[in-house]
Amino acid sequence: MSNIWGRILACGQGPGPSYWNSIHKMLKYFFILISLAFTPLNAFAQAADLPALVLQLADKSRAKQSEAIDALTASGDPVVLAPLEALLNGNLYTRKSDGTIWITTESATGFDLKHPLTGAEGGSAVSEEMTKANITNAIRTRLRGALGGMSLLGPDAKLRRQAADAIFKNAAPESIPLLESAIAKESDPAVLRRMQRALAAIHYNLSDDPQTRLKAIETLGGFTDQDVRALLNNVVARGAAGAGGEEVRAAAEKALAGVESRLEFWGLAESLFQGISLGSVLLLAAIGLAITFGVMGIINMAHGEMVMIGAYTTYMVQEIIRTSFPGMFDASLFIAIPAAFMVSGLVGVAIERGIIRFLYGRPLETLLATWGVSLILQQTVRSIFGPTNKEVGTPAWMSGALEFDSGLALTYNRLAIIIFSLMVLGLLVLVMRRTSLGLRMRAVTQNRAMANSMGIRTGTVDALTFGLGSGIAGIAGVALSQIDNVSPNLGQSYIVDSFMVVVFGGVGNLLGTFFGAMSLGLVNKFLEPYAGAVLGKIFILVALILFIQYRPRGMFALKGRAVEH
Amino acid sequence: MPANQSFLLSLPLGGKILLGLMLGAALLVPLLNLLVPADSFFHVPTYLVSLMGKYVCYALLALSVDLVWGYCGILSLGHGAFFALGGYAMGMYMMRQIGARGVYGNPELPDFMVFLNWKELPLAWYGFDSFPFAMAMVVLVPGALAFAFGWFAFRSRVTGVYLSIITQAMTYALMLAFFRNDMGFGGNNGLTDFKDILGFDLQADGTRNTLFSLSALALAGGYLLCAMIVRSKLGRILEAIRDAESRVRFLGYQVHYYKLFVFTFSAMLAGVAGALYVPQVGIINPTEFTPGNSIEAVIWVAVGGRGTLYGAALGAALVNYAKSYFTGALPEVWLFMLGGLFVAVTLFLPKGITGLVNQLTSGTGRSPLRFLYAGKPS
Repeated sequence: MSNIWGRILACGQGPGPSYWNSIHKMLKYFFILISLAFTPLNAFAQAADLPALVLQLADKSRAKQSEAIDALTASGDPVVLAPLEALLNGNLYTRKSDGTIWITTESATGFDLKHPLTGAEGGSAVSEEMTKANITNAIRTRLRGALGGMSLLGPDAKLRRQAADAIFKNAAPESIPLLESAIAKESDPAVLRRMQRALAAIHYNLSDDPQTRLKAIETLGGFTDQDVRALLNNVVARGAAGAGGEEVRAAAEKALAGVESRLEFWGLAESLFQGISLGSVLLLAAIGLAITFGVMGIINMAHGEMVMIGAYTTYMVQEIIRTSFPGMFDASLFIAIPAAFMVSGLVGVAIERGIIRFLYGRPLETLLATWGVSLILQQTVRSIFGPTNKEVGTPAWMSGALEFDSGLALTYNRLAIIIFSLMVLGLLVLVMRRTSLGLRMRAVTQNRAMANSMGIRTGTVDALTFGLGSGIAGIAGVALSQIDNVSPNLGQSYIVDSFMVVVFGGVGNLLGTFFGAMSLGLVNKFLEPYAGAVLGKIFILVALILFIQYRPRGMFALKGRAVEH
Repeated sequence: MPANQSFLLSLPLGGKILLGLMLGAALLVPLLNLLVPADSFFHVPTYLVSLMGKYVCYALLALSVDLVWGYCGILSLGHGAFFALGGYAMGMYMMRQIGARGVYGNPELPDFMVFLNWKELPLAWYGFDSFPFAMAMVVLVPGALAFAFGWFAFRSRVTGVYLSIITQAMTYALMLAFFRNDMGFGGNNGLTDFKDILGFDLQADGTRNTLFSLSALALAGGYLLCAMIVRSKLGRILEAIRDAESRVRFLGYQVHYYKLFVFTFSAMLAGVAGALYVPQVGIINPTEFTPGNSIEAVIWVAVGGRGTLYGAALGAALVNYAKSYFTGALPEVWLFMLGGLFVAVTLFLPKGITGLVNQLTSGTGRSPLRFLYAGKPS
């Protein structure tokens, strides 16, 4: 009896579609037998003679070894993990004197022995007393597969989940006992659902009983993911073949419709998240520019390099923390934010005082001079840090993702950037509207001469405003260092986009910048599925060029009566 | 009065020098390369001929930028795109000339299409096996793009930095587009491995010298055309638009037509420069569309002195010579130099080198730059 089961089970072990096919053929002959034995199978496997099977692992015949591996795996009992692993690692030996089997660890005199199932100490032995259980490559592969399935019972939830998904893909019936015992024990609800999904898939594939199949389809219909959709699609396409016929097909069709409408919803949610995420990145990159370009009217082509400097400051801060205060790594970004603000801000003030203040009223010359500054800054960073990407670490609290059943994963670093960009925007609005510095900034940009005669030091205000814009670009660099490569070219990739956001949103209007960034991000992500990433971007650039013709001063233009600025 | 002697005589000294230099070089360089023995002091090696040919093409591009920026106040950060489009048109012709001599030996399709497993020639490539058609496209494609772009931009009065930013977006979008393999222009690698042009081997000294002479003549011709435009009544209006656009509009001129004309013409000139450039360097790829390239062309003009035409050519030659020298000798330093050049020229030399020379020699004689600064606060 045991041999028959061993042979049946042996056919389906291991990964790959060819195995799957062969089990299918095999099953035709044993169909009735299996469906009869369906429920008892588990009980039977549990009752299998484990010690005898473990002994069989050391058999000289490869076929017997395979049988034993499969039967042990099918038992679903976690104790069989130890002997299987020992066999794989070459630590399984038989004692010549009495033929008993042991797991060995090497010691000074020979081997220390351990019972393969109970783990009890079995004294020691010299190497001459023991014979190693040899395995071939084919057996090794089989063992790995078996152990993979066994990780369903392991302590690591991630591995359990992977194992359940692998079983779902193979849908091999011999996994049933293992799965059922795993389901009985599972405590993590997400993993449990994955296991149930796998079980339903096997039940559908295996069963000849219309009721079981219908139930399996119904269970599958409760899931929302691409794999289930593909499976159900397959069921519908294959039509009424197999047990249950038309009824099963109709049920699958209904389940499919439900899965698809839910998938569509989640797809929409994903695009929305990605769009907002891209929008917040654009917002961060553009928000400093909204000050320097939008409020002051300075075309700062070195804006991207301010972002880059912020990212490199983050790198420096992390380096210092790594070498001197390794315990504070999780707080590194909070230290990097003010540091980046200061560094980029000071560089900005230096640029304004050194170059830009001589060029007020000559925007085109400013553009060229700041482009030159950007080249110098890039080369400076390249000379100091080298041209290669720098590794900026992600704090533990920012790694990982908020995962949904449907496969939608909202990564924590993206979520953090969305929140962070909104905070920066809010803070900036407060500074501009509620502080005396903001008041003076607005006064100087609205009427320089009048502000000057009211006693405002316009030069100082210019320098501070430019420093503020640059500092905020530096803060953006801290955030972007988490999702982009930190290299001397970091800033270059954002400069065209940031200008587009500011111009689109309307110059001189922070709220416009927000709407500009978000709408560009969303449109980009919603276009991507249809046009592809690059073509989508080209389309947006062309649309923006056309938009500027229609509204040269952006979405939220400041109304005025001047002919030209 | 094109070939009128008085027109030629009335050109500024710098312009006369440029014309003389180019005509002289077009004749002398091939002679010195082909007839003077290789060990002679006066021999010009072939690599130098191609290098100078490259500079001359850059000078022609600078000339086209100066025409729109120096005389009409349109700071285009997208002229590199027109240059590259002209280059692609020429490259497509030469790709078709390779015929069955490619690596895959396909008589109809260029290598990269065979590599991509394409079966037939894309529609955009039709006609490029004919030289006259390709040459027409060299000016028509950049011209048409500039016309369409300018039609929208100038009619809706997009000016100043806004225009600069959208020209930059234009070349950026084109760069992204040409990087795509699906566009059918060779993707990343662009077009290369050219064999011959009109049946002449591209590697032969004779062809290289001819291409150099043609480039020099094109620069001379381009200079004459631009000089004619800026000295005509049309040129006067262009300058007026540069200095006070609204006032010109209120006087009843249709400002956008003038801008559209000069922008389109300038783009065609840039296209010619690109077409002469590609056979001499042997490759055209999407990096030519990088916004940085277009901005670099602007700095050539600024270094030489905007609004002089010949100054643009001088600036292009000087900056590119410095670039060749420093990227070879001190590669670390070059970007510092170029960046410093941008800053120094805008801060200390707003009139460029020609302006400096004119300032030093002025006091007597007419300064060709005097109209630029008279009564203009800056």
